[in-house]
Amino acid sequence: MSTTTVETMVLNMGPQHPSTHGVLRVILELDGETVVDAEPVIGYLHTGIEKTAEYRTWHQAIVLVDRMDYVASVTNNLGYVLAVEKLLGLPVPPRAQYIRVMMAELQRIASHLVWLGTHALDMGAVAPFWYGFQGREQILDLLELISGARFHTSFLRVGGVARDLPEGFPEQLQAFLHDFPAWLDTYLGLLDQNPIWLERLRHIGVVSAQDAIDWGLGGPTLRGSGVNWDLRKAAPYCSYDHFDFRVPVGKTGDVYDRYRVRMEEMAQSLKIVRQAFDGLPEGPVKVEDPHYSLPPRPLLGQSMESLIHHFKLASEAFSVPAGETYTAIEGPRGELGFYLVSDGGNRPYRMRVRPPCFYNLQALPAMVRGRLVADVVACIGSIDIILGEVDR
Amino acid sequence: MPEAQLLAELAAALPEGVREAHPEGEAWALVDRSCLLEACRHLKAAGMNFLADLTAVDYPERTPRFEVVYHLLAIPQGWRLRLKVPVEEASAEVDSVATVWKAAPWAEREVFDLFGIRFAGHPDLKRILLPDEWEDHPLRKDFPLTGKKPAEEASRG
Repeated sequence: MSTTTVETMVLNMGPQHPSTHGVLRVILELDGETVVDAEPVIGYLHTGIEKTAEYRTWHQAIVLVDRMDYVASVTNNLGYVLAVEKLLGLPVPPRAQYIRVMMAELQRIASHLVWLGTHALDMGAVAPFWYGFQGREQILDLLELISGARFHTSFLRVGGVARDLPEGFPEQLQAFLHDFPAWLDTYLGLLDQNPIWLERLRHIGVVSAQDAIDWGLGGPTLRGSGVNWDLRKAAPYCSYDHFDFRVPVGKTGDVYDRYRVRMEEMAQSLKIVRQAFDGLPEGPVKVEDPHYSLPPRPLLGQSMESLIHHFKLASEAFSVPAGETYTAIEGPRGELGFYLVSDGGNRPYRMRVRPPCFYNLQALPAMVRGRLVADVVACIGSIDIILGEVDR
Repeated sequence: MPEAQLLAELAAALPEGVREAHPEGEAWALVDRSCLLEACRHLKAAGMNFLADLTAVDYPERTPRFEVVYHLLAIPQGWRLRLKVPVEEASAEVDSVATVWKAAPWAEREVFDLFGIRFAGHPDLKRILLPDEWEDHPLRKDFPLTGKKPAEEASRG
């Protein structure tokens, strides 16, 4: 009787490793260069955001959710304020909705550019990283102009946005709308026909449509597998039904298809930004109900009532009727859901965030089993994880 | 409204297990934990193929204390349904739905980690966000925000 024993080696990839996009640790079991099994280990960036939110007023939590997916803060804000507004039954002025859409789509492009740059860098292509971040710089400048911050904008408010668009915004946005298509061509020109790029991406990390749904994957990782599911179309929020755009989907569900989907999504987002800017309605940018929005600064010196409203909002803050909601939006990485439970107080009783990256990362072992170590790097890049959101 | 129909079918299939059904607004049902797995299998067969999220809420003043919450979605129909399963503190355990949706294991580990609720039949139940040697379950209401002292003394920020 003969027995064959295969000796495998256990290798720690991360948590300090440039291609693990932050602080992800993957325990790889290897047979030579072939991955027998992989186990992602997470939690290094756990900051207890869900717990902290229970001790903050409904408005203060906006600043917290900014810090989860730190390359897409506007999207986090949007999901959160929409959920709170749903509990309140608060209608948001159309101008505020359009500004939100514009910012969210700019943010989506910026987020995809971080993915593009780092993913290409992992695959050995350095140039897309520089060019990608150069294109993203224009978006960060725009966000800075609007909100004063490049990363953690915290610009959305329950009932609208903090301020109207500033002077100089239209010109700067026009410049971006003019420049960005050329940037997109540059990125595609660098990668699309690149034989090394294609070799590293095609038929790697394949996930079938059925599996993608079963794993709870989201965003381009789900659509790359051919599932036509985008909450902006399937359950439009924040007036997304006003805009004409296409939802790109892949066919084979490999790393290459996820790349194609994200590249096309950037072009579609640009289209939405342009439409939102052209159709920007006039009017207020937040609800004028003083129970939810701070009164305009000049009024504080003239009206006692405004002073009282301001004091109440800034100290005690508004309360939200008892109830609960699960409100989800299409973030750059998939379904970003907020499950909010209110006990009628001025703080969330429970804030649960459905982090799309968390579910996407869970499927990593299934993508890499039986493949080479180098493919693990390709797969991690293709699911576009942000550990701040995975760990919260 | 398809959600109402789904709830009615669920209640008809599991008359003992579905304690409450609320088709209005965001549809949800209160399901007895003995029937959870059956209810999930039934709903998946009815089209709820996407486990959007799985989490828990702690209500220390209620009995049973915890609620495990399942957010289900049907792709491409877009139906959404929420299942809530009451779990008492003394035997904080529910059946794992890992065999129904591949999405479940990590979310169940997180609930185990942060609430201390166990999942029977889970393929690999261990902490996920906190270190293995951690002792408490921070999302329980009696765990303080800062420091290690009773919650009532901790600052309510």
